[in-house]
Amino acid sequence: MEYDCIVIGGGPAGLAAAIEAKDNGADKVCIIERDRELGGILNQCIHNGFGLHEFKEELTGPEYAYRFIEEVYKRDIDVYLNTMVMDLSKGKEVVALGEKGLMNFKAKSVVLAMGCRERTAGAIGVKGFRPAGVYNAGMAQRLINMEGYLVGKEVVIYGSGDIGLIMARRMTLEGANVKAVVEIMPHSSGLNRNIHQCLNDFNIPLLLSHKVVEIHGKSRVEGVTIAEVDNKFNEIDGTREYISCDTLLLSVGLIPENELSQKAEVTLDPRTKGALVDSNMQTEIPGVFSCGNVLHVHDIVDFVTRESRIAGRNAARFVRGELNNSKYVDVYAGDKLNYVLPQRIALDDENGALICFRSRKIYRNPTVKIYTDDKLLKEKKYKIIVPSEMIQIPLKSDVIRDVKGSIRVDIEGEEND
Amino acid sequence: MYDCLIIGAGVVGAATARELSKYNLKIAVLEKGTEVCQGTSKSNSAIVHGGYDASYGTLKGKLNVRGTRLFEDLSKELNIPFDKCGSLVLAFNDEDEKKLEELYENGQKNGVKGLKIIEKDEILMMEPNVSREVTKALYCSEAGIICPFNATFAFIENAMDNGVELFLDEKVIGIDKGDDAIIVRTEKGIEFQTKILINSAGLYSDEIANLAGDYEFSVNPRRGEYRILDKKVSDIVKHVIFTTPTKAGKGVLVSPTVHGNIIVGPTSDPIEDKEDTRTTDLGINKVDEVALRLVPNLALNETIRVFAGVRASISQGDFLIYESKNIKGILHLGGIDSPGLASSPAIAEEVRDFVAKYINLVKKTDFVKERRAIPHFYDLSDAEKEEILKTNPNYKKIICRCEMITEGEIVEAIHRNAGARTVDGIKRRVRPGSGRCQGGFCGPRVLEILSRELGIPVEEILKESQGSNIVVGRTKGVL
Repeated sequence: MEYDCIVIGGGPAGLAAAIEAKDNGADKVCIIERDRELGGILNQCIHNGFGLHEFKEELTGPEYAYRFIEEVYKRDIDVYLNTMVMDLSKGKEVVALGEKGLMNFKAKSVVLAMGCRERTAGAIGVKGFRPAGVYNAGMAQRLINMEGYLVGKEVVIYGSGDIGLIMARRMTLEGANVKAVVEIMPHSSGLNRNIHQCLNDFNIPLLLSHKVVEIHGKSRVEGVTIAEVDNKFNEIDGTREYISCDTLLLSVGLIPENELSQKAEVTLDPRTKGALVDSNMQTEIPGVFSCGNVLHVHDIVDFVTRESRIAGRNAARFVRGELNNSKYVDVYAGDKLNYVLPQRIALDDENGALICFRSRKIYRNPTVKIYTDDKLLKEKKYKIIVPSEMIQIPLKSDVIRDVKGSIRVDIEGEEND
Repeated sequence: MYDCLIIGAGVVGAATARELSKYNLKIAVLEKGTEVCQGTSKSNSAIVHGGYDASYGTLKGKLNVRGTRLFEDLSKELNIPFDKCGSLVLAFNDEDEKKLEELYENGQKNGVKGLKIIEKDEILMMEPNVSREVTKALYCSEAGIICPFNATFAFIENAMDNGVELFLDEKVIGIDKGDDAIIVRTEKGIEFQTKILINSAGLYSDEIANLAGDYEFSVNPRRGEYRILDKKVSDIVKHVIFTTPTKAGKGVLVSPTVHGNIIVGPTSDPIEDKEDTRTTDLGINKVDEVALRLVPNLALNETIRVFAGVRASISQGDFLIYESKNIKGILHLGGIDSPGLASSPAIAEEVRDFVAKYINLVKKTDFVKERRAIPHFYDLSDAEKEEILKTNPNYKKIICRCEMITEGEIVEAIHRNAGARTVDGIKRRVRPGSGRCQGGFCGPRVLEILSRELGIPVEEILKESQGSNIVVGRTKGVL
């Protein structure tokens, strides 16, 4: 079967991209989703706080997803549920397995929107036993919110990523005793509002600069030993402490899931672990686009939507033969940034570019400056920039049209931990 | 009354059951765990050693060479994932080279085929990623890698196809001599009567021997810690890469696995508790240090799992296979540490010869020699995929996205002989949860499938051992 645009993944990124592709003139569009319903991880995020930018109101995850799912079903977009993409070629041939068996598709454009996965205890090498009771926070969230099972009663959470913070509150509301959130960094990796609403409001201690050094319990978790770490993350002698618990939840980072992208030989950025893209969200393979958490890990879903619309719109432009930019420059992250996206900007595109980045550290009253050579293209002041929050800055086409050299983005301001 | 009772369903017990099932015997296997393959057999280097390391004249030397040879045919008959990829012992100095010569000589005496000492250029041609400091290597074409889980499952499944009975959750607590039988009592209060009793209890073989009044050996458990690396870095080595062995053991290795990962380890540290399978900073650091000396660019940051296993070592050093001094008809298999996995089919033959002293062995005419593996849907050809999909819709659903495992494979793993009853049991048979997400996505679905297929509530599903429940109850407000 042939499609103008195949969107892989039916989470927030895929939903927004599919709608936008359809509305911009891609005739035959489909979404391939491995789960039994559209919406992706939003379906298990039953807390509110979604949509403040997009809808100017606070929605729960399923509500936010539903606004887009409705739009998908209003349009003539094919949706394949319970369907897994098994192979993707450079030539945009897709092999999928689902309710209809093995399916072979050919696409004019592909949007990669597969999301991310959680880092595991194995990946960060937590030592000790490997009993039941050690779960990634996202898996525990699914079990509680979608399947209706409580994973434990006495909980320690390792890592202060947003899912971990949200789960601290969720487990507490289910009657579990959340004893601590342990974070190896000197600052939280989750959003400030989540620290307040999920930890402080429930008197759950956040132990910064601490790590879990050992998991105890042969069958089920019986406790964890934690310790304070120095600024090189080495354990400080004499700071070990035992916390008894039956559950250890991990919220130690998310990794874009690009195994499929790699099958299609999409080039990845070692920093973001997502594809290298231009300002149209196009990867180095013409007609293959990437957006959402498979591109880089976002803090809020509204930004995923914003970025995915760009991907969907340009997938449609590609299909219509209207994506014909020829002037590109590279974008570099300054020392104070962890990474910057996109890695290349099309200067001759009427839509300009959306710059996204995360900082390495905390900065108070900083200015973000976007340069080309010595010329300042744009600057923007902030009250605070923290690593857990993504910054997005749009660049209008008239600002970049005449740029000659590469573009560099950096923060000016003092570090503040 | 059984003819033969086997205590322990690790790879040795399972291989023994399969070997004995060729004959007209009434056989049962007792296992204290919730499933087969839960002890040393589940956590080791997964290597079928060449057989040059164990000293000439030892049982280890003899049975390793024999076992490795037997695995060639067995792996085909029983569809055990086995890859004779060959091994290299690397030397970095004169002393190491001297050791290689000794190993070579010893291997020749043991009857190991395909041994040769090779020079630096050839080594780097075979393995461009090993250290350029390497001076010489001992190459053994007979060594290979195997899936220790599916070796055990294949043996027990085939044994059961041929009439062997398996009793799980049966811990033996008493062994007595009856009038014309050996009486074996379990914790649940069941009494088994048997003519022959085989003690293949691995780490607990000394305690079983004690129950029979035998005190010739005691297990001094030694822990080995490992890393498993992501499949994406699997190109780093193609052979099993060993350090030059020392008295403490064969040392740290870097090897591909039959599943396409890289395994790195083990340490060898004495421990008090036989179930102390903790990983430690000290241990893993030791592994890293040696591994990087062998393969300097090894991407240790691509680790997906650290784990540890425990060896059933004894002070005698060699396998200690002997008849009870106390009760006739009991055979103890003591000290089965490395190369126990490689030797397992040969140990089974030793047991057979022991049984033959008491019982006239008559071959079954209807012995089923072959065992079919659970097909890995993803690896099948398009035609084969279509064929399976026609008859079994469960294969349409991918449950594990890292390893591309379908629901069909999981369901089959549950309903086979000695089928999976736990989450880890599923993982070891068909691999959901052994990929890079470590069950983060497929975990809830595997729970659901186990619950549905076994007809037990999700709350009762175990990770592995008794008490390792995955969830503790329903949430509030769920009826």
